[in-house]
Amino acid sequence: MTNEFNSLFYGFHFYLFGIIAVVSAIVFVTRKSPVAAALWLVNVLFCLAALYVLLDAQFIGAIQVLVYAGAIMVVFLFVVMLLNLGDATVVDIRGNAGRIAAGFVGALLLAEVSVLARARFPGQIELPASSGAEVVQGPGGIIAPIAEPLFREYLLAFELTSMLLLTAIVGAVVLGRKRG
Amino acid sequence: MLAESLFFSAVLFTIGVVGVLTRRNAIIIFMCVELMLNAVNLTFVALSTLYGATGQVFVVFVMTVAAAEAAVGLAIIISIFRHRQSVNLEDINLLKG
Amino acid sequence: MLLHMQNELPATGHVLADTVARFVWLLPVLPLLGFLVNGTLSMLAAGKPGPADPSAHGHDAHGAASAHEAHDDHDAHATRHRFAGIVSLVGPGVMVLAFGLAVAIFAAMLGAGEGMNDPYVQTLFKWMPAGALDIDVAFQLDQLSMVMVLVITGVGMLIHLFSVGYMGADPGYPRYFAYLNLFVFFMLLLVLGASYPLMFVGWEGVGLCSYLLIGFWFTEKANADAGKKAFIVNRIGDFGFLIAMFMMFANFGTLTFGGVGAAAAELPVGALVATAIALFLFLGAAGKSAQIPLYIWLPDAMAGPTPVSALIHAATMVTAGVYLVARSATLFAAAPVAQLTVAAIGALTAVFAATIGLKQWDIKKVLAYSTVSQLGYMFVGVGVGAYTAGVFHLVTHAFFKALLFLGAGSVIHIMHRAYHATHSHEDAQDMRNMGGLRAPMPVTFVLMWIATLAIAGIPFFSGFFSKDEILASVFARTHGSTLADASLLGIPGSAVLYGVYALGLAAALMTAIYMTRMMLYTFHGANRTGEKERAHMGEAPWIMTGPLVVLGVLALVGGWLNVPAVLSFLGPTEALHHWLEPVVGQGTLIVTHGEATHLSHATEYALIGTAVLIAVAGIAFAALRLKPAKLVTAKDAPAEQGIEKVLLDKWYVDEAYDKTVVKPTLAVSQNVLWKGVDAGLIDGLFVNGSAFLARGLGWVGSQLQSGRVGTYAWVLVLGVIGVLSAFSLR
Repeated sequence: MTNEFNSLFYGFHFYLFGIIAVVSAIVFVTRKSPVAAALWLVNVLFCLAALYVLLDAQFIGAIQVLVYAGAIMVVFLFVVMLLNLGDATVVDIRGNAGRIAAGFVGALLLAEVSVLARARFPGQIELPASSGAEVVQGPGGIIAPIAEPLFREYLLAFELTSMLLLTAIVGAVVLGRKRG
Repeated sequence: MLAESLFFSAVLFTIGVVGVLTRRNAIIIFMCVELMLNAVNLTFVALSTLYGATGQVFVVFVMTVAAAEAAVGLAIIISIFRHRQSVNLEDINLLKG
Repeated sequence: MLLHMQNELPATGHVLADTVARFVWLLPVLPLLGFLVNGTLSMLAAGKPGPADPSAHGHDAHGAASAHEAHDDHDAHATRHRFAGIVSLVGPGVMVLAFGLAVAIFAAMLGAGEGMNDPYVQTLFKWMPAGALDIDVAFQLDQLSMVMVLVITGVGMLIHLFSVGYMGADPGYPRYFAYLNLFVFFMLLLVLGASYPLMFVGWEGVGLCSYLLIGFWFTEKANADAGKKAFIVNRIGDFGFLIAMFMMFANFGTLTFGGVGAAAAELPVGALVATAIALFLFLGAAGKSAQIPLYIWLPDAMAGPTPVSALIHAATMVTAGVYLVARSATLFAAAPVAQLTVAAIGALTAVFAATIGLKQWDIKKVLAYSTVSQLGYMFVGVGVGAYTAGVFHLVTHAFFKALLFLGAGSVIHIMHRAYHATHSHEDAQDMRNMGGLRAPMPVTFVLMWIATLAIAGIPFFSGFFSKDEILASVFARTHGSTLADASLLGIPGSAVLYGVYALGLAAALMTAIYMTRMMLYTFHGANRTGEKERAHMGEAPWIMTGPLVVLGVLALVGGWLNVPAVLSFLGPTEALHHWLEPVVGQGTLIVTHGEATHLSHATEYALIGTAVLIAVAGIAFAALRLKPAKLVTAKDAPAEQGIEKVLLDKWYVDEAYDKTVVKPTLAVSQNVLWKGVDAGLIDGLFVNGSAFLARGLGWVGSQLQSGRVGTYAWVLVLGVIGVLSAFSLR
C-alpha cells in the first residue's frame, strides 16, 4: 500500500487516524484529571504512529510506539501518580475570557500557518547523497535509509545526542534526589 | 497526502499551543509541549516522503531529545513539588518582583 | 526743487555733522539718565515704611461719588519725601538741559540753510541684521523731528517744573519723576528714530509709561484699571502698526523712513498696497491718538496726576499718531482712500467727543474730551494731505491744551488744599463744587481765558491760525485733488470733504460752547465750594504759575508760526510751511496734483469769517444760556435725564464695548481657554495623560517581569504569531 496513495483504503484510514488524533488531542487538552489527560495523549501518539506507517515511515512508527508512548508517557504517568495530584479542584483556565482569548490566539496561529503553508515548496532542497524514493529497494530494507545517514553524515549529531542523554540522566537523578 | 498531513500537523500544534496557554497544571502543560513536538514530527515525516529519509533521521533525534527533556523536566517538577506542595503554575512564581 | 528727493539719504557727510547736531544722541540720553537717578532714589526709599509707602495715603476714595470712578488722587500731605531735593533738581534739570541742547541744534539747522534739504541721519549701531532685514539704531534729524523735539522738550520742561509744585508732597515723588523722565526718553526715541521699528520702540515705550503714570496711585483699583485700559487699547493699535510694518517690509524690502518714502513715491496713486499699509498705520495711530473706535482710554486716563495728563495726553504721546501720519506723508499720498478715511474718522471723532464734552461735570473730563476732539482736527489736517496744517495744530494745541490742563491742575490743587484743611470729602474736580475762583486765582483765571480763546479759534490767538489752516485746506481740496477724484465707500471724495468741513465747523462751535461753559462754571459766578473752604483758597505757588505764564505767552503768539498768505499784513507768512517743506512737501504736492493749493482771496476771507463767526457764536451762546447761578454743588445735584444723561454717560460706548467685546472675551477665556484648553487639554491630556501613559507603559513592562510562567507563555506565543505575520505579510 505504500505507493497507492490514491486508493480508497489508504485515504480512508489516513483520515480516520488523523481525525481520531485531532479529537483525542482536543479531549486531552480539556481534561481535569492529569491521568485522564495522559491517557488521551497516549491515544494521540498511537494514532500518530499509524499515520507514520501510512506515510511510509514504518520504523518511525515503531519507535514512536516503543519510545514515545511506551517510555515517555509512562514516565509521565509515574510522576503523576507519584505526586498524587488527584483531580484539579478549581477550573484550570483563567476564566472564560482566558479560554476565548486562547482560542482566538490558536485560530490566529492556525491561520498563519495555513497561509504560510500555501507557499510553494522550494523545488529541490540540497540533500545528502543517500536519499530519495528508493527506500525499500536497497539492501538493509527500510531501516538502511535512516541508519546510514545517521551514522555517516550525522554522526556528530548522533554522538552529541548520546552525550545529551547521559547528561539528562545524571541531571534527572541529581534533581530528583531528596535533600538532607 | 502531504497537504493533509501538514494540515493535521498544524492543527495538532495549535491545540498544543492552546493547551499551554490555558492550563495551569505544570505537568499537563508539559504534556502539551510533547504534543507540539509530535506535531512537528508528523511534519518531518510527511515531508520526508518528498525529500527523502533525512526527515526521518531528524525525527529520531527529536524523539531522543524529547525523552531527555521529559526526564529532566519531570525531575524538576518533582523537585518543585517537594518545596511548594503544588504544581500549580500560579504558585511557581519565585521570579516575581 | 520742491520735488527734490528728501527721501534719499545723502551719500557724503551732512552739513550738520560737524555742528552741535552731532550730539543729537544726547537728547534722549539725558532724560534716560534722569530716569536712572530718580528710579534708584525711589527704590532706595521704598524699603522703609512711612512717606515712601503709597498706601500710607490715609484716606480712601474721594467721597461717595468716586467709589468707582478713577480719580486724580492728589493730596497735600504735610511731609515731603526724603529725596525730594535731589529729585527736584535732577528731574526738571535734565529737561532743561535737553531743551537747551534742542535749541542749539535748532539754531544749527537754521544756519545750515540748503544743506537741510536732506535729513541728517546719525547711525549709532547695528540692531537687527537678519538676512534681508537690516535695521540700525539711527537718529534722523530733519525739520519735522525738530519741531516735535522742541515741543517735547520745551513743553515737557515746563510741565516738569510745574510738577515740582504739584507733586511736591506726594509720597511717590521720585517714582513720579523717574516715570516722567522715562516717558520723555521714549517719546524722543519715537520722534528721532530713523526707521519704523525704532519709532515703534518709542511707541511702545510711551504706552508703557502712560500705563505707569495713569496708574500712579495704583492702590485705588479704579486708577489701576484705567492704566490697564489705556495699555490694552493701545495694544490693539500697536497690532495695526505691526501689520503695517510687516507689509512694508514684504512690499518695499526696507523699513527706514528714507527707504519707504522712496518706494512709496514710485507707487501709482491709489495703489492697493499703499492703501492697506496706510490703513493699518492709521489703526495704530487711532489707538495711540485716541480716535474712534479706540479713544475710550483717554477719558479714563484722567485718573493720573494732572501734569501727566498735560504732558502725555495733551501735548506729546497722543500726538504720536499725527506724527506717524506726517512721517509717512508720501505713503499716504499714494492712498487717497486711506486719506479720506483718516479725515472722515478724524472729523467724526472731533464732533463725537465734542458732544460728550458738552455735558461733563469733571473739569478734567471736559479737557480730555476736548483733547480727543482736537486730535480729530489734527487728523483731518494730515488726512487731507495738509501736513503742515496738522503739525501746526499739533504745536498750538500743545501750547493751549497744556496750559488748560496745568491751569486745571492748579485749580484742583487749590481745591484739594481747601478740602483737606476742612477734612471734607467732596470731589475736588467737579465743576459744580467750584465757581467764582476768579477772585482767589486771578493769574490762573487770565491764563485759562487765553487758552480758551485760543482753542475756540478767536482771531490772532494761536488756535485761530491752526484751525483755520486745517479747515481751509479741507475746503481747498474739495476740487482738483487726488482726494476729490477718489471715493470712499461709494461716496465721491469731494462730498466726503464737504462733509468733513461741515463736521469741522460743528465741532468748532461745540468746542467754543463747552470751553466757555467750563470757564463759566469754574471761575465765574458765585462760589459753591463752601464758607470754610474759601478761607484756604489762594493762588497756586509760583513754581506752578510760572510755567503757566510761559505757556500763556506761547498760546498767544504761537499762531505767528504759520500765518496764512492772505493775512500777510500780520508778518512773515507760512514760516512753518516752508520749514517743513523738504519733509512733507512731496506728499502734499501729490495730493494737490502738483500745484500749490490756491483758493481765491475772497474764498479764504469767507472761510476765515465763517470760522470766527462760529467761534463767537459759540461763546455767546454759552455765556447767555448757561447760568452758573443755577448750579448746585455736586452732592445736591439732581440726576441727569434724557439727552443730557446720554451725553454725560458718554453715549454708552464703554458699556457697549463691555457687552460686545469684553464680556465675550472673558467668557471665552474662562470657559474655552481656561477650563477647556488649559485645565482639560493641557492639564488633563498632556500632563496627566502623559503620566498616565507612562504608568500604563510601566505596567505593561512590569508584566514582562511578573515571574508568572503563564504570562511568559502567552508572550511567547504572541511573539511567534508576530514573526509569522511578518513572514506572511511580506
